[in-house]
Amino acid sequence: MILIADLCYRESSLSHDEFVMPIAEIVRKSGIPARVIHYSRISQKDAAVASGIILCGTALRDNVFAKRPDTFSWISDCPSPVLGICAGMQVLALVFGGSLVKSREIGMKTVTVIKKDPLIGPETEFEAYELHNFSVIPPDSFSVLAGSDECVQLIKHNQRPVWGVMFHPEVRNEWVVENFVRQIC
Amino acid sequence: MRLGVLCSGGKDSLYACWKAMQKEEVVCLITVRSINPWSYMFHTPNIHLAGLQAIASGLPLVEVESRGEKEEELADLTRALRIARDEHEIEGVVTGAVLSVYQAGRIQVICNELDLWCFNPLWHTNQDTYMDALVPSGFQVIISGVFSEPFDERWLGREIDVAAIRELKQARERWKITLTGEGGEYETSVLDAPFFNKKIVINKAEKHYGNFHGVFSIIDAALVDK
Repeated sequence: MILIADLCYRESSLSHDEFVMPIAEIVRKSGIPARVIHYSRISQKDAAVASGIILCGTALRDNVFAKRPDTFSWISDCPSPVLGICAGMQVLALVFGGSLVKSREIGMKTVTVIKKDPLIGPETEFEAYELHNFSVIPPDSFSVLAGSDECVQLIKHNQRPVWGVMFHPEVRNEWVVENFVRQIC
Repeated sequence: MRLGVLCSGGKDSLYACWKAMQKEEVVCLITVRSINPWSYMFHTPNIHLAGLQAIASGLPLVEVESRGEKEEELADLTRALRIARDEHEIEGVVTGAVLSVYQAGRIQVICNELDLWCFNPLWHTNQDTYMDALVPSGFQVIISGVFSEPFDERWLGREIDVAAIRELKQARERWKITLTGEGGEYETSVLDAPFFNKKIVINKAEKHYGNFHGVFSIIDAALVDK
């Protein structure tokens, strides 16, 4: 079962259908059950029983999640693979000691792969949908695997199965989520 | 949160409006009336129905006119959203975007510049689930324009009922259209919605059709009790 974390400004928000449901749809189409929980209610036990965890994105102006990084402390001990998308990547940076930096991208941008990884397979460059006002300065424990002209686009923990992507793979790059749930989880 | 809904008069914007009403406070509809039938951004057939839809919804309508030139219409949209923000104190905007990165990206940029939230509750939605929910939810929707194969003249003005949705699904398989018409294959007009106090009846309309392109022009319409 894949645990999908809703990072939006409140439970059952108007953003839920926009940022969470498309991810859940991709996971379910991959033939794997999905369980959606708002981040404020996720426990260490929820994370431990999941075969993988996806932290979803949020609306451009929704940074409520970043005000409560302690809410995500369960991530640092979580044994399951984790994929953070946009806001989710920002959470990973905060949890593991990195920081956020102002960086705006909206619309389709070119992502250039720096180092190959199972999450993105053989791709060396692709167009991706961006929707963020902040990017990350990665923690020391992470490597940068891809970037755009503006900022870091893909990071991976050096020892653990934890990835962050700044672009929104649910738009035109569903294969990234499919790779995560089928190949990695 | 006080929200304005970008309303083209078609099913996507009004279904998005309905979804927004279930989560937040919708305080106005916003329409950009393009005089260019080939506008990049804005649905054009029968957009004048938005006035009746606003009355039926009990909401004020913010309406601006645009010449529909490619980048100029973005300035017109900015003007409309600024009016909605200043006159109705909206904090965010709702759109009916389903797949169009072009439309959604540009609206996101404008909302961001105006310090407005942007919501797209139909974004990458399951199109079958959405279309199947329209009729049982209380929406009465007609086809107001067709712009691709396999749509012949009989589709103009046709109500999107269960049989029509079945045919659209068949057309998707054979002609690779998007089920929702997001690819511009067809446009719609909403005559009734679950949050309308009255519904729209068409008193006079004309069909203009040729070579898989056609418009169902509503000349005269009125509100009647439901």
